[in-house]
Amino acid sequence: MRVAWVLGAFVALLVLLAVGLRLDPREVPSPLIGKPAPAFELPLLSAPDKTFSQKDMLGRVWVLNVWASWCAPCLVEHPQITRLSAAAVPVVGLNYKDERKDAIPWLTRNGNPFVASVFDGAGRIALDYGVYGVPETYVIDRQGVIRYKRIGPVTPEILKEKIEPLLRELNG
Amino acid sequence: MARLLLVLFCGIALAQEDPALEKRVRDLSSELRCLVCQNQTLADSSAPLAVDLRNQVREQLKSGKSERDVVDFLVARYGDFVLYRPPLKASTVLLWAGPFILLAFGLFLLFLRIKRKVRAPELSDAERARAAKLLE
Repeated sequence: MRVAWVLGAFVALLVLLAVGLRLDPREVPSPLIGKPAPAFELPLLSAPDKTFSQKDMLGRVWVLNVWASWCAPCLVEHPQITRLSAAAVPVVGLNYKDERKDAIPWLTRNGNPFVASVFDGAGRIALDYGVYGVPETYVIDRQGVIRYKRIGPVTPEILKEKIEPLLRELNG
Repeated sequence: MARLLLVLFCGIALAQEDPALEKRVRDLSSELRCLVCQNQTLADSSAPLAVDLRNQVREQLKSGKSERDVVDFLVARYGDFVLYRPPLKASTVLLWAGPFILLAFGLFLLFLRIKRKVRAPELSDAERARAAKLLE
């Protein structure tokens, strides 16, 4: 009887730990999913006198990628972002707390997958998007609603299992 | 040297600009989680994002917004996760009630045990006789 109790408690603890250890506390659930993409009107990285707004993308399914030249994981995910853009997905870059003199050569060096990159030097718009760890990637639908958010680099698995199916669904 | 002194002086002047506001910023920031280093409060963290968010808190409080407004602003962007004191709602009921449920369960077990212990030593007449004999 006593053995059964102890064994029961042990198994319960084991289950609890198994579930608990699998959860990633770093994965902050974004409250922005299902909400309209926050409005912005920012200068282009390449042309400071021209501006770009999220409204310019209404009617299209698009991806917003927050990146910076100082951000090492951005380079890691770059092949995935490039693959998206090669598949004719419009990817807009949000250049986060960067300097033009660093960001523009970064694109020349590593290839520019963006239909446009906007320049958020102070990181004020990124704050509206709840950015806390670059890179971050958002999938936004035709109505301008955020459908998916990835914090951290887009891995080939995430691209294949999450982002590409979602894009197909939204475009279908 | 003169330059350094000037910088120091400016720093002090800036910090003393409005002690009441600074206190509010500090109090509110210590209720908020820094998302970059998740076990630090916004007040303690020196991560660039924490600095940005503290400035945001300061700016908004300065413009006349209440603590509640600032918290709502941050929750709308980063979720309940920024709060060190999660709100009571359906998904967090277990978090708040859990310890009390465990306490009640523990008290229940304790009660069962005590009851069993108290009931146990009932001796029959034969046993009493034997015990008396042994004690002689």
